[in-house]
Amino acid sequence: MRTWVRVLVCAVIAVVMVFPVYAMVVVSLTPKADLYAGGAHLWPSEFTLSNFRGLFDRFPLGQWFANSVMVAAITTLLSVTVNLLAGYALAKIRFAGRSVLFLLVLSTLMIPTQAIMIPQFRVVSSLGLYGTFWAVILPSAATALGIFLARQFMLSVPDELLEAARVDGAGNLKIFLRIVLPLSKPLIAVMVLIAFMGQWNDFLWPLITLKDPDLYTLPVAMRFLQGQFVNDYGALMAMALMASLPLVVLFLFLQRYFVEGLTRTGLK
Amino acid sequence: MALATHSASRSRASLGRKLADLVTGYAFISPNLLLLTLFLFVPLGWAFVLSFQDVGSFGPATWAGLDNYRQLVTDSVFWRTLLNTGVFTVATVPTSVAIGLGLAVLLDKAMPARGVFRTVIVLPIVISGLVTSLIGLLMFREGVGLANGMLRAVGFGGLSWQSNGALAMLSLVLMTLWTRVGFAMVVYLAALQDVPAELYEAAELDGAGPWRRFTNVTVPTVGPTTLFLLVVNVIWSFQIFDVVYVMTNGGPGYATSMLVTYAYDRGFGPSHLFGYGSTIGVVIFVLTLVLTLVQLRLRRGSGDVT
Repeated sequence: MRTWVRVLVCAVIAVVMVFPVYAMVVVSLTPKADLYAGGAHLWPSEFTLSNFRGLFDRFPLGQWFANSVMVAAITTLLSVTVNLLAGYALAKIRFAGRSVLFLLVLSTLMIPTQAIMIPQFRVVSSLGLYGTFWAVILPSAATALGIFLARQFMLSVPDELLEAARVDGAGNLKIFLRIVLPLSKPLIAVMVLIAFMGQWNDFLWPLITLKDPDLYTLPVAMRFLQGQFVNDYGALMAMALMASLPLVVLFLFLQRYFVEGLTRTGLK
Repeated sequence: MALATHSASRSRASLGRKLADLVTGYAFISPNLLLLTLFLFVPLGWAFVLSFQDVGSFGPATWAGLDNYRQLVTDSVFWRTLLNTGVFTVATVPTSVAIGLGLAVLLDKAMPARGVFRTVIVLPIVISGLVTSLIGLLMFREGVGLANGMLRAVGFGGLSWQSNGALAMLSLVLMTLWTRVGFAMVVYLAALQDVPAELYEAAELDGAGPWRRFTNVTVPTVGPTTLFLLVVNVIWSFQIFDVVYVMTNGGPGYATSMLVTYAYDRGFGPSHLFGYGSTIGVVIFVLTLVLTLVQLRLRRGSGDVT
């Protein structure tokens, strides 16, 4: 295919792919009067921030943001820590039962969490966690995918390096902290992005486990606002835009890691 | 003598090392194992138990034997949601994989603005299901949605995106494809780097045109990637919830109800049928498992050929 034909085809596709985001941004900046006048609005009569202001005036938006940040950050910290530890054990420590444990962990990739949401909910309730942030955080902290990524990466750390440290008298914890972790920065970046994005965007599980509107994370809050606003798409799109912005910015700056992370999930 | 003491101390040291490895090995993996056990293995076992029980949110559970399964078999809504999930899967999986491959081939070679095009196509991956759904509503509302607005602007009538079951399903499929094709493209782009250039040159020497080179060189070489993408996309489609719950809530009627939205509705809706909801969950689990194993088997089969 000629280059200019390819560019043209790609440009058309790009317009289609960008359109939903464009519509979100434009509608969020459109005055209510325009929106109620009906019809398609791909360009407002004037740009306004009133949709955003209305949201901040009526709802605990800062609280919802803080909730989302906190839940996603704690989940990420916890899951990256436990998955790195487990990955190191499975890759670099020889102990009885290791391969069985690895297979056990791997098998959890086959369990769709949506299929077990009801008993998961009962476990969380039995532990007295229903309605708390821990109900959202703990079940997403251990992930087979995270352990798997960590193990695969750490297998590539040369054994000679670890043996040299052992000869110098270093134990596993010291080797893990001083040698393996500094070498694992790209891995950690990928794991952080995957964990953070997963939790930031998760909807079904927080919907089930949070009841107090003050504790809502952004996706649940958006669902709540949808019930409040029904047809006020200016406000809804303002909310959607704000909820998406952190990840979009992160993506634009760290695109390389995102792409690498997503591709790594394809490792066999 | 000196040699003997040396080897004895070494074996003592290695025994000590083995013990230390055993202890630290389990210590390192136990936080993770504890979480997996509590929140995955126990619930999975419990799901099967619940499916044999009659249990609501209050009161004790009573054994119901196969009642839930018997009810399931005669529940026309369940069959409808199974069919819908199948239709949705068939409509989204091959299309996202094929479009992803097309985009990857298109954007593999150098061209102006390639980076921008790639970014724009991958970006929807980071957009949440909830935001996707709200944008979907903005586009496909029947009265004043953008889709109908644009259709009218170019002289067509508006379509009944919400009151017509097939069109409602189509709107879900379109929004889902929007978030999925970028992932397939990125994975394919990585796979294309591994296709040896000599294969293309050889095919070209044999007089194969661009299309023949695509079907005879590209497609077979990225075969393992295709199967991987099919497996994960099938799993995603089978678990679809967010867009359905927000955009159509399963309607009109049950035209877009899916297995997961139905299980949610039974388990967490007003009826609180935890037993029945879990039974649907068991079905989702078993079907996902079977579909994944079938595809992996196919992959092994095709692996022998290529």
